[in-house]
Amino acid sequence: MPDVAHTPVIGLEVHVQLLTRTKIFCGCVNRFNPDEPNTQTCPVCLGLPGALPVMNREAFRLSLITAAALECELARFTKWDRKQYYYPDLPKGYQISQYDLPFSEHGALEVTTESGESRRIRIRRVHLEEDAGKNLHDESGRGADSRVDLNRAGTPLLEIVTEPDVRSAAEAKSFLDELHLLLTYLCVSDCNMQEGSLRCDANVNLHLSTGAGDAIATPIVEVKNLNSFRGVEAAVEFEIARQLKEFHETGRKLGDPGVEKETRGWDAQRNVTFAQRGKEEASDYRYFPDPDLAPVTLTDEEIESIRAGLRELPAARRSRYRNDLGLSEYDADVIVRQGERFADYFEETSGICGDAKQAANWVTQDVLREINDRGVEIGDLPVSSQALGALIGRIVDGTITVKSGRELFGLMLDESERNDEHSPDTIDRLIEERGLRIVNDSGALESAIAAAIAASPRAVEDFQAGKQQAIGPLIGKVMRDVKGADAKAVRTLLIEKLKEA
Amino acid sequence: MSSRLTDTGARDLLRLLETGEVSCVDVAAAHLDRIGAVDGAVEAFLSVDREQVLADAAEVDRKRQTGESLGRLAGLPVAIKDNICAAGAPATCASRMLEQFVSPYDAHVIGRLRAADAVLLGRTNLDEFAMGSSCESSAFQPTRNPWDAERSPGGSSGGSAAAVCAGMAPLALGSDTGGSIRQPASFCGVVGMKPTYGRVSRYGLVAFASSLDQIGPFARGVEDAALLLEIIAGHDPRDTTSVDQPVPSYLDTLDEPLKGLRIGVVPEHFGEGLDSDVETRVQDAIDVYRSLGAEIREVSLPHSKYCVAVYYIVAPSEASSNLARYDGVHYGFRAAEYDGLIDMYAATRGAGFGDEVKRRIMLGTYALSSGYYDAYYVKALKVRRLIRQDFDAAFQEVDVIAGPVTPAPAFRIGELIDDPLAMYLNDIYTISANLAGVPGISLPCGFTSSELPVGLQLMAAPFEEERLLRAARMYEREADVPIRRPPLGMLPGGSV
Ligand SMILES: [Zn+2]
Repeated sequence: MPDVAHTPVIGLEVHVQLLTRTKIFCGCVNRFNPDEPNTQTCPVCLGLPGALPVMNREAFRLSLITAAALECELARFTKWDRKQYYYPDLPKGYQISQYDLPFSEHGALEVTTESGESRRIRIRRVHLEEDAGKNLHDESGRGADSRVDLNRAGTPLLEIVTEPDVRSAAEAKSFLDELHLLLTYLCVSDCNMQEGSLRCDANVNLHLSTGAGDAIATPIVEVKNLNSFRGVEAAVEFEIARQLKEFHETGRKLGDPGVEKETRGWDAQRNVTFAQRGKEEASDYRYFPDPDLAPVTLTDEEIESIRAGLRELPAARRSRYRNDLGLSEYDADVIVRQGERFADYFEETSGICGDAKQAANWVTQDVLREINDRGVEIGDLPVSSQALGALIGRIVDGTITVKSGRELFGLMLDESERNDEHSPDTIDRLIEERGLRIVNDSGALESAIAAAIAASPRAVEDFQAGKQQAIGPLIGKVMRDVKGADAKAVRTLLIEKLKEA
Repeated sequence: MSSRLTDTGARDLLRLLETGEVSCVDVAAAHLDRIGAVDGAVEAFLSVDREQVLADAAEVDRKRQTGESLGRLAGLPVAIKDNICAAGAPATCASRMLEQFVSPYDAHVIGRLRAADAVLLGRTNLDEFAMGSSCESSAFQPTRNPWDAERSPGGSSGGSAAAVCAGMAPLALGSDTGGSIRQPASFCGVVGMKPTYGRVSRYGLVAFASSLDQIGPFARGVEDAALLLEIIAGHDPRDTTSVDQPVPSYLDTLDEPLKGLRIGVVPEHFGEGLDSDVETRVQDAIDVYRSLGAEIREVSLPHSKYCVAVYYIVAPSEASSNLARYDGVHYGFRAAEYDGLIDMYAATRGAGFGDEVKRRIMLGTYALSSGYYDAYYVKALKVRRLIRQDFDAAFQEVDVIAGPVTPAPAFRIGELIDDPLAMYLNDIYTISANLAGVPGISLPCGFTSSELPVGLQLMAAPFEEERLLRAARMYEREADVPIRRPPLGMLPGGSV
């Protein structure tokens, strides 16, 4: 087998649970609660005889917002279909989903790959459906009956399907990161992968070119139920290598007789995909329109108002930070990626101090480190954006040094409760109390330098003998004596004096 | 006293209760006694909780004595088809599959009945999951026609029809998917009505074919049927197919004759296959309208010849999906022995469902299968739309359409059981109302030469129940069909 160039062709299917108060077709609370199985249920989500679904308007609204943010076309007419199959976690024997007329299609999400390249991943469709329950199998090995928890049954679920536009494992992860960020900005999902509120399947194969100009491809593999972004990345990586190896060994390709789409699982412990027992036969879900649910029509005005109501999305923020505020691509990305409230904090800080770059430095370093260390959200940080803005403002206008600024920041952090009263006035008061104002009074500095030199003859000797580092303790002493002195100025003055001496 | 009470209609019973001549317990006990006396022969009821019925009746008496406000059906016993859920009561749907199932919740109509202080009398027999026209597909018992124990009371709401006919209940609820209220009403000589699709909430009605199912009343007269409809009709947010439209007071206008009434007669309804006695009685009824000054016009429903074909695609397709939930996992019957999950499904459904249900599930599964869906289901929906358009056009011309309910009077039990197609053709005149979603009523219009009741069917445009009931009442008053009780003394086990 000659060497072949290969291009991975990857499509993703992402399932996102929507953050509604109640389930999609009944009034049961929509909350992750595996500890008390079957307590968040009613005749509707249990699939009892005679119960009927009623569409949750909020779930549909959140779906429309998400699809609009993904640049999808919103359908003027949409309906719900029954996808029929038997499984114990599916109490009605069908899932209410959308088949041929999803409420939205033809969108895109722009992602920046690790190499900094921007790529548009097209969205084929987004549709709304109900989640199933969860089968609980006996893991003790004693072979007890499996149980079913229907707390999750009826959770509103968005299925987002991409075109096969993703070209690498890293790009798959970038897509998911960006999607995650978008969904978080929209407040439509908490995207908690541990709790299963975001789940992903990946369709992977390779397009091969042998140089002879023929277009061949490896069989398509669907890797199911990936429950972390790293897992998606690793599974796709593994599949690319596995498919290449298999092609070299067997030459099996898409379109060969008997070659069908394969479903594989992901073993996160061993970092391998594994063949899942093939479905007995090609599934026929016998989709048909659910006669219990009326189709939904949307007017142009309603569609327009959904689009008009969209808040600023992450991509737009990034480009505004770069173009209007002059931030680096890196800083803009770090800030936006922390979420909307963090980015808002940055913008408020920046607005108050009047220096976006300084504000960006502070929030991406000091602030981010603090909230990470404390494991809190930006809203729980004791230093408000007003206070930080005032503080940075005093650095920017030359009142205090960056070092003093850090000291002040530390002081404010130590306050047990968040103090939103920190105004420029109180910052100034703190500066004075601590004597942090930069001292431009050369008389005071000069006498402190003279005193330091007089007090440390040994250090003076060493310095004059060529030991540059001997100046350190001298600078330290001057700085202790004159709070708010600028270390650079002290060093320059000291060197001058020592050379004179 | 007791036998007089079971011969008394709902409105008259209410008057007796209001004046205090009888108590609710008297009324309940009379009907329970009647059930005890004749239901051994009729087998209309699948279950009756005598103690609960008497306790509920006593509670209404207590309310009345203490001057608490009472609902409009206070103390009236109402029999319930066993596919309508009531909290704490079985809802077997006459199926082994749900033999042990007890509903934890009330259907919307049950909530309405409870709010009206009606007394839920018992659960009536039906064809399994309402699939059938004879009550013979009930997994438990074949109800007998009180007029002739050898004959079927019709179906699927045969238990409710027979109970009302035999004086075991003044009122009953049934469900009508393809004639399942009107055909048994006709066979038993009582009034039965299928309201407009969306007029009555389906919440809590065990689904057979969701786009066709509708709950409706049985009574011995039009007035009582109108009363019960008034109680159960109206919007329910839990059923998105229930329509948010005010419910007029049907009783207020019931006795006002319709001036200039235009009655449509469909020539196809009087063609080949129609029993001559039935035809004569129905023509006589139309003559009554003529004598009342109504204008009789021929109208055409050109696509009605496809009704049965369309129905037997649409209804089984929906049924195959609606009945998927009976899989032995969450509730209901589960096969005792099986090997693995797939086999549990197969064994459970194989043993839990009867032949007719299986036949329809297979029909529907086939029609929805990939490769057949367009040819069957999609096409059936298209023809269904044409059928609806036929009705729309016809109701531009006429106010109501009159005709037979069934091609023939009650058939003998066992006569059609091995001939599903002949059984299905029993619903040839009733199915179109379900497909078009229009209201229809069956009212007694006399007897055949062999003393079997004949029904007159009237249909009206959607949400024209008021007009439909007034038209029915016009006939009922004018024709003055003598009240005849079935010869129950002749029934084995009958002691009246
Ligand atoms: Zn629920």
